[in-house]
Order: sequence, then structure tokens, then C-alpha cells
Amino acid sequence: MRNKYSLFSLIKNALSYHENWQRAWKDPAPKKEYDAVIVGGGGHGLATAYYLAKKHNMHNIAVVEKGWIGGGNTGRNTTIIRSNYLWDASAGLYDHALKIWEGLSQELNYNVMFSQRGVMNLAHNLQDVRDLKRRTHANRLNGIDAVYLSTEEVKKFCPIINTSPDIRYPVLGGTLQRRAGTARHDAVAWGYARGADAMGVDIIQNCEVKGIKRNGDSVEGIETTKGFIKTKKVGVVAAGHSSVIANMAGLRLPLESKPLQALVSEPVKPIIDTVVMSNAVHAYVSQSDKGELVIGAGTDDYVSYTQKGSHQIVEGTLNAILELYPIFSRMRMLRQWGGIVDICPDASPILSKTSIKGLYFNCGWGTGGFKATPGSGDLFAHTIANDEPHKLNAAFNLNRFVSGDLVDEHGAAAVAH
Amino acid sequence: MFLINCPYCGERDQQEFKAGGEAHIERPKQPTELSDDEWAEYLFMRKNIKGIQFERWNHAHGCRKWFNMVRDTSNDQIKAIYKMGEKPPSQ
Repeated sequence: MRNKYSLFSLIKNALSYHENWQRAWKDPAPKKEYDAVIVGGGGHGLATAYYLAKKHNMHNIAVVEKGWIGGGNTGRNTTIIRSNYLWDASAGLYDHALKIWEGLSQELNYNVMFSQRGVMNLAHNLQDVRDLKRRTHANRLNGIDAVYLSTEEVKKFCPIINTSPDIRYPVLGGTLQRRAGTARHDAVAWGYARGADAMGVDIIQNCEVKGIKRNGDSVEGIETTKGFIKTKKVGVVAAGHSSVIANMAGLRLPLESKPLQALVSEPVKPIIDTVVMSNAVHAYVSQSDKGELVIGAGTDDYVSYTQKGSHQIVEGTLNAILELYPIFSRMRMLRQWGGIVDICPDASPILSKTSIKGLYFNCGWGTGGFKATPGSGDLFAHTIANDEPHKLNAAFNLNRFVSGDLVDEHGAAAVAH
Repeated sequence: MFLINCPYCGERDQQEFKAGGEAHIERPKQPTELSDDEWAEYLFMRKNIKGIQFERWNHAHGCRKWFNMVRDTSNDQIKAIYKMGEKPPSQ
């Protein structure tokens, strides 16, 4: 039985110096057989397991993770959540996630610190202005809140931005989604892990998948560093390593894995109370609850699994940050890191069945998967349980690269790729 | 960041180069006879290997010539560089 987190439990545990809190999830050895196995214990994978148990009554399932849960891109992103995507299919997908975010802390009984502080996207040239206005209209037709802001309104909403007309990339306007914001990334993984574990899901860490066993065109199980696990359904949610798993199954994916970098500054008093993204100059910034500036950069252009990235990418981002926010000129950076993002040719994800029966892939989220975590888990669970996609993720199938029916969000999505 | 030994200019900073993706993807000889599956394979599907990968690079801010590279994507070490049209070195 899982104890509920509450003010009462906080006081009760304070009396024993917080030394007797119940474990949030168990540390089981893998069973011989499961009804389904999720490969990858990041936010998306854990959410998938949570919704499989909660909505589809599948309790004999496991999540296998080669490292520790939430240690990959879930713990490496810049925690931005928004749903202001251009195309109808993307709007449906990302707004589905945003709606779940709005009630997630209550649902999980775990504070994911979801903060709807708004996300502003800046325009720096006339084409940006046209694109952002078009996207604002498209968002509103899809029921997603969006407003277009003039340069003066941008300045009013975030006074520290340099809106002088004589900078290299002047601010010509911007869009604002007020329902958008940030959440605590680790808490999302931990909350879903705790919730899934309470419903009987086995979360198996330090367990790397080494092979996928097939019988003809069906999945029979997975070889792992902790032995063979028999299962008829395998859902792969391995982000940057999706192609590595796909190669084990003899499957080809349209992905390229590239390093995406982020960095945080020393903590300072509240200075920026929203999220500002800038596609043209590849820089985005927000402030964490600890006070650090959280800064995201762009991807490198070559395939790499090193979780490092090139110095000049960070340099370019900081140049842009300093021009837009001269007030940050004396800030010191504390940490810099990279994550490996799997990018699709159309910059949209894949949540899909494959040509192999019982093998499902949830990948290709590229530079912006964190925001979709709850929706991705919910829809992928539906796809695995029913062996059919939900109507919201039907467009994000693997076959779109054959049919040509792409969901082309490159640039259109206001994402810094 | 790494140094790249351009086969025409010698060793230069990585910043001068542009990565051009997987190498040795052959352009279809009979495009009109290609099926949708074959088009998808040619246009979109990639090996995306963790380990030794063959790829194309361009000395964009230098001689602007294309060449091939063998690189280990798990640690970014460059194993070999050879000109366009040359046979890839055997592993």
C-alpha cells in the first residue's frame, strides 16, 4: 500500500527526522515473463507504464532502464512546456499533453511544480513576424491560447529584453502562450515511477537491452544484462538510442541522433518570470525556482552519442543571450551538459506500430519531447494496449515517411532546432 | 570540439566544417521505377550508428570541398578521412 503525501505525512515524518519515509518505488529483479515491457525509464517510458496500468488494466508489466530512471534526456532538458504548434495534428498532440499537465500534480499525488508562467517566442525578421502571426491564427483555430505581441508589448511583458532597433537581431514582435510554462523535470519521472510502481509495475534499473528476440514477424522477448525477459509486447521509448534498439530488431528508422546542449548560471534573485524562446538566434532562457538561469542552445549538425556537443554552439547561444539581455553580462555559468536527441526529418515524433508485431516505437521527439511527456505516455499506452493508435497520434505513424504525409514542424513550430 | 584534417587544406578547427550526414547513400539509378518504400529508404531512413559511422563533411569556411570521414560516434574520434570517389577504408 502506498502512503499518500500530505501535510499530515510531512509533519508525521518530521517527528522521526525524515528517516522513515516509505520507498517511492521498489527495486525488483525481473520476472521471467511480462504482458508488456517498456524499454527506457525516462519520463515518456514511465508515463507509458503508468497509463498502461491505470487506463488499460495491464499490471504485469515492466520498465527496463539501462541507467537510472530520469537520468537521460528527462534530467537534461530545459523543462519548457507549451502547445503552440502550427499543424492540426501537432496541436492535438501537444495540447492533449498540456491539458494533462494542468492536473498532473493532483493526479500523481506528487508535486511536479508545473508553473504556467507563459512562453514567449520572439520574431527577429519580417519572415519571423509573418510565420509567428500565421501560427498564432492557426493556434486559435485549434482552441490553443495564443496572442501576437508588438515590440512594445514584448518589452512590457518582459522588461529586461533589449528591444533597441539597432541590435544585430532586433525584436520585431513575439507570440505569447499564457498556459505554457515549466515543470520540475526530475519530479515528473519520480512521480510517474511512484504511481506506476503502486499499481504493480516493475521498474528495473541498471538493465540494458542487448537484443530483441523475434519469431518471424512477432516479438518474443528481450535479451538484457539481467537475462532474457519473455514478452509479446515491447514498447521502445529510448530517445537518442532508438536507432540502436531498432538496429537490434532489424528495423530502419528515419532518425539522426545529435547532441543538444543546455547550461545553467549561478542562482540569483527573481529576474525573469516567464520563458523566452528565440528561434532565429537559437537561444532560450527561463529561471528555475532555485534562481538559476536555465539556457538552452541548438543542436550540433553531426551524429554523436557523446552527450557533449561543441563549444561554438554554446558560444553562439550566449552571444545571442547577451545581446537580448545585456543585464546578464556578468552572470557566471555553473554547469553545462548535453543530451542526445533523436531528430526526425519532419521534426515531429513517431508514436507507432512497426512492421514487427508487438514492437512499438515512441521516438523522434527531437529537441522538444519533455513538454509532451504525459500525453505521449497516455497515447503510447493506448497504442500498445489496443494495437491501434489513438486518433491523436494516428498521424505520427512510421508509415508517413513512405506515404509522404509528413507533419512538417521544422521552423513552423517555433522550435530552435 | 575537434580538429579535422581536410584532405585539401590540412588540419583545421571543426568550426570551419559542416557535417553532411551519412555517406555512400547511392542516388537511385532509375528514379521513375522506384517504389514508395524504396523512396522512403533513400530519402529518410538512416543507419544512425552508435560506433563507427561513415559520413560526409564539407569544408564550408575553407576550400568548400566535400570529403568523407570515418568517425566513432560513441566518442567522436576520427578514424580516417578520404576524398570523394575514393574507396572507404576497410574496418
